[in-house]
Amino acid sequence: MTALLPRRGLAQILALIVILAVDRVVSPQFFDLRLQDGRLFGSLIDVLNRGTPVALLSLGMVLVIATRGIDLSVGAVMAICGAIAASLADSHSLPVVLAAALGAGLVCGLWNGFLVAVLGMQPIVATLILMVAGRGIAQLITEGRIVTFSSPDLVWLGNGSVLGLPVPVVIALGMLILTGAVVRGSALGLLIEATGGNARASELSGVGTRAMILSVYVWCGVCAALAGVIAAADIMGADANNAGLWLELDAILAVVIGGTSLFGGRFSLVLAVLGALIIQTMNTGILLSGYPPEFNLLVKAVVVLAVLLLQSPKLSGFAGIAARLRRTKA
Amino acid sequence: MRGLPPVLITAIVLVAGFALCAVQFPNIASTRVVGNLLTDNAFLGIVATGMTFVIISGGIDLSVGSVIGFTTVFVALAIERWGMPPLVAFVAILALSAAFGAAMGAVIHVFDLPPFIVTLAGMFLARGAGFLLSTESVPITAPVYSTVSDFALRMPGGGRLTSVAIIMLVIVIGGALLLQLTRFGANVYALGGSRATAGLMGVAVGKMTIKIYMLSSLLAGIAGIVFSFYTSAGYSLSAVGVELDTIAAVVIGGTLLTGGQGSVIGTFLGVLIQGLIQTYINFDGTLSSWWTKIATGVLLFAFIALQQGLVALARRPRTKSLGAAT
Repeated sequence: MTALLPRRGLAQILALIVILAVDRVVSPQFFDLRLQDGRLFGSLIDVLNRGTPVALLSLGMVLVIATRGIDLSVGAVMAICGAIAASLADSHSLPVVLAAALGAGLVCGLWNGFLVAVLGMQPIVATLILMVAGRGIAQLITEGRIVTFSSPDLVWLGNGSVLGLPVPVVIALGMLILTGAVVRGSALGLLIEATGGNARASELSGVGTRAMILSVYVWCGVCAALAGVIAAADIMGADANNAGLWLELDAILAVVIGGTSLFGGRFSLVLAVLGALIIQTMNTGILLSGYPPEFNLLVKAVVVLAVLLLQSPKLSGFAGIAARLRRTKA
Repeated sequence: MRGLPPVLITAIVLVAGFALCAVQFPNIASTRVVGNLLTDNAFLGIVATGMTFVIISGGIDLSVGSVIGFTTVFVALAIERWGMPPLVAFVAILALSAAFGAAMGAVIHVFDLPPFIVTLAGMFLARGAGFLLSTESVPITAPVYSTVSDFALRMPGGGRLTSVAIIMLVIVIGGALLLQLTRFGANVYALGGSRATAGLMGVAVGKMTIKIYMLSSLLAGIAGIVFSFYTSAGYSLSAVGVELDTIAAVVIGGTLLTGGQGSVIGTFLGVLIQGLIQTYINFDGTLSSWWTKIATGVLLFAFIALQQGLVALARRPRTKSLGAAT
C-alpha cells in the first residue's frame, strides 16, 4: 500500500477539501446521502459518477505523460468505442460488445504507440492524427446518426449499481487498483519513469523503452475505450460528434493537477484520479451554485494557471522556502 | 534551403489534387470556385500564418480558436450594444488580443512552462470570457459590414475576389516576407533550432517568445474580425476546434512541429488543400462531411511520416533516433 500512497499529495487533498467546503456552503445538502432501491444517491455520488470518464482517461494518460508523451486522441477514441458499443449492443451479448469496443481501443492505442515508439514521431503530432481522423471514423460507424440502443446489459453498465455504488464508479475503482497493482506492484512503474526521465540512458542500461512506450499508449487506448463505453451506456446512445469532446484536455488537466510533471519521469495514479475528482467537484459546485456553466471554463483556466505556476521550475525555489517556513512553524 | 522540399511536395499534392478534382468535376477549375475557396478559408489562412511562426519557433498555440470566438462576440457587442464605431472596436479587440498573446508568451518564458499547457489555459480563458460576454449569437447590422462583405474584385471568368480573401492574401504575403527577409524571421528559425543556442548567440529569447505569441494572438484577432465579416454575427461558440485545423494546415504545409523549419507559403498551400477537400466533398454531394476529417487525418499522417523519413535520412550518419523524442 505504501507504494500507492502519495508522497506529495497534501496540496491536492487540501484543494479537494477546500472545494468540497465551498460546495457545502453553496449547496447545504451537498453531503446528504440517501439509500433508495439499493443505491446511494446524493451530490457526492454524483460527483464520483460524473467524474468517472475523466478519471478513467487520466489513468491511461498519466502513464503516457510519465514517459514524456501525451495522448490527444483519447476523446476521439472514446467516440469510436462508444459508437462501436452502441451499434453492436442490441444484436450481440455484453461480452462480445465489450470485447469489440475494448479491442478497438487497443488497436487505436497500438497505432499511437507504433507512431511514437517505432516511427519516432513526436507524441503531440502522432496522436493529433487520430484526434483529427478519429471523430470522422466514429461518424463513419454511426453513419452520422446518434445511435441509440436499449440492451439492458449495457444500460446497467452506465446506470446500474453494485453494493449501492454506481457501476461506473466501481469500474473506475477496479481499474485504479488493477493499474496500481500492475504498475507499482512490479518494477514496471519504475521502468516507465526511467523511460520518461531519460529515454536514451534507459535504453542503454537495458530498459526496453520501445515496449514501455508502446504499452502505455495501448493501456491509454483501453482506458479511453472503457470511458467511451461507459459514456455511451450512460446516455443509452452514441453521439460521434460530442462523445468525449474536449475530454482529452480535462484528462491532461487532471494529470497535471495531480502533480505529474509534463516533462515525464514521475507519476502518481492516485493523485491523477484525485485531480479528475477535483475537476468534477468544481464542475458540480458551479452547477449547484446556479452560476451559468460557462463559468466552468474560466475557473478551470485559473486553476490550470495556479497549478502550473506551482509546478514551474523557476518557482520551485520559492516553494522550497515556503516549505521550510512551514516546517519551522510546525 | 530551409524547408524547401516539403513545400514543393505540398505544392505538388495541391496541384495533383486540383487536377484530379477538375477531371471529375470540370466546374471546379473556375475562378468562381477558386474565389469561394479563398473566401471560405480566409480566417483559417490568417490564423495559420500566425501559427506557422509559433510552430517554427518550437512552440504551439492552442488558444487561437477561442480568441477568434471571443473576438467575434466582443466586436458584435461593442458595435451593436455598446455603440462603439466599428473601427474603434477593431482597434480595441486587436490591442486586447495582442496583450493576451503577450501575456501567454511572458508566462511561457518567465516560468519556463510548456507552451502546450499554457496556451491550453489560454484557450479555456478566452472561451470562458467569450461565454461571459454573451452565450447567444449576436447579429451585426452596422453598415460597414455590408459594405465590406459586398466589396469584391472581379476576376476573369466571373469569380469574385472578396475583401476577406484580399485581407488574407495580404497577411499571408506579409507574413512570408516577415519570416524570410527580416531579422525577426531569422530569430524565429533560430529559436526553433535550439533555444539555448539562440540565446547564446545573442537572440533576446524572452522578448522573441513574447512577440511570437503576440503575433499569433493578434492574427487570431484579425481572423476573428474577418470571421465576423464572413458570418455578420458574433457567437461565442464560433471557431471551436479551429486550432486543430490550423495545426493540421501548418503541418501539411511542411513545417516541422519540432520547430526550426517551415514556411508561410507552405502553410497557405496546406490551407488550400484542406479547402479543396471540402470543396470536393461539396461537389460530390454523396460523401458526408466527416470524410473531410478522415482525409485530413490521412494527409497529416502522410506528411508527418514523410518528414520523419527525411529527418531520419538526414541524421542517419550520426545518431539513431530514439523512441521518445522530446
